[in-house]
Amino acid sequence: MTALVVDIREKRYAAVGRAGVHVALKDLRFEVEPGELVCVVGPSGCGKTTLLNIIAGLERDFTGQATLPLAAGGRPAIGYVFQTARLLPWRTVLENIVLVMPADQGRERRALDLLAATGLDDVAHVYPERLSVGMGRRVALARAFAIDPQLLLLDEPFVSLDEPTADRLRVLLLDIWRRQPTTVLFVTHDLREAILLADRIILLSSPPARVVASIPIPVPRGDGRDDAAIENVRRQLLNEFGEFFQAL
Amino acid sequence: MKLPRLHSTGWPYAASIAALLIAWQIAASLIADRVLPAPAVVWTVLVREAESGALLYHLAVTLARVTASFILALLIGSAIGIIMGRSVLIDRLGDAWLIVFLNLPALVTIVLCYVWFGLTEVAAVLAVTINKIPNVVVTVREGTRALSRDLLEMAQVFQFGRWKTLRHVILPALGPFIIAAARSGLAIVWKIVLVVELLGRSSGVGFQIGLFFQLFDVAGILAYTIAFVAVIQILELGALQPLERRASRWRR
Repeated sequence: MTALVVDIREKRYAAVGRAGVHVALKDLRFEVEPGELVCVVGPSGCGKTTLLNIIAGLERDFTGQATLPLAAGGRPAIGYVFQTARLLPWRTVLENIVLVMPADQGRERRALDLLAATGLDDVAHVYPERLSVGMGRRVALARAFAIDPQLLLLDEPFVSLDEPTADRLRVLLLDIWRRQPTTVLFVTHDLREAILLADRIILLSSPPARVVASIPIPVPRGDGRDDAAIENVRRQLLNEFGEFFQAL
Repeated sequence: MKLPRLHSTGWPYAASIAALLIAWQIAASLIADRVLPAPAVVWTVLVREAESGALLYHLAVTLARVTASFILALLIGSAIGIIMGRSVLIDRLGDAWLIVFLNLPALVTIVLCYVWFGLTEVAAVLAVTINKIPNVVVTVREGTRALSRDLLEMAQVFQFGRWKTLRHVILPALGPFIIAAARSGLAIVWKIVLVVELLGRSSGVGFQIGLFFQLFDVAGILAYTIAFVAVIQILELGALQPLERRASRWRR
């Protein structure tokens, strides 16, 4: 059974001012297997965030459907890591994590464990405004895992960070994901990042966005994906989809 | 850690109070009449009224009315403000009402409340509350409109539900707006309460001032005024400002 079925016929934005009707997504179809980590790569402004918002249920004005077949009844738990951390500034780091968890006795304990695992135990009682941008993203990552998500959505979560920080967070993501396996849909426009993380890459066209290709990454994750291997895969992809990447 | 900051302390504050007293003393000695008694005379009246227990009684009664209408106006006004800020339809439906009530003179509300509900405590508190609600609505509605869509979306994805969203996302964001409404509210409410008391109650600072007015007792009027201004100032410094600091402690 698949974990996520996306079948969007059309998502359009109404005309604003002189700009005409904008068709963001058109006949966009793909499926994700349980426990799979899929990276969605596409040019900026191609509707990647819209796609995630549709799956998350934030965007309802479209034709087609996005379903999680494994969630039998009830709303599925979906973890979402946005481009910015979106933490409640008036709640401490720990409170931000605890708040998303279902109410029960052990949740503070579990939240603290999660913070320890993400290297955030020192800042558990700090308000988010005192955190660096990288730390804030780390908290957002911990928060998304705190709900034991059936599906984890990440919307360019490491964008506008310096490269070493972004790299540490990528490693951290893979680390938590190994311990707490779940289905992941990761949106990015950074091909190297996608090759580093993904089981499979889905390429989206420029708007109206549809699936151009679905490419499994053959190199095993971990040490196998060093800089050389990533560069190698990247070259192959550029060869095969050169036209597409020129638009990137 | 920030030190408690009372904006009205330090030597400039003391100096300006002293200057006021001196100007008053000079004016009183020039006029030398019951129309403007000297500070010392007013002080004697203040002490006399305090010793008889009358001052404390009337202050307490007025303060109770201020507190009741203040809290009612804040609660009702915030609720309406949040609803109007969240729903475009309700905002449009309610806007005309809001404009009418904003422009309704306090005196009209007071007189009508007394006519419709009799010269009762309920009518008095109701009149003040109705006067204050529109200002709270406008301020809180403004705050609600400025709510972060990002955080509301986050709350929706993580399935906060209505109550949790209100408590952890909306109300903390509205904190500064509600406190602003509270501060301007306190300033307006106590002045209106005095008028309400003058027109239709037989207790409270407003009633006393009315009485002294009929007796042409300016010293009495000033004594009660000063006492009540002091009480309100203490409330502002002792309650509202600490509350404001608490609500914004998460800021850098």
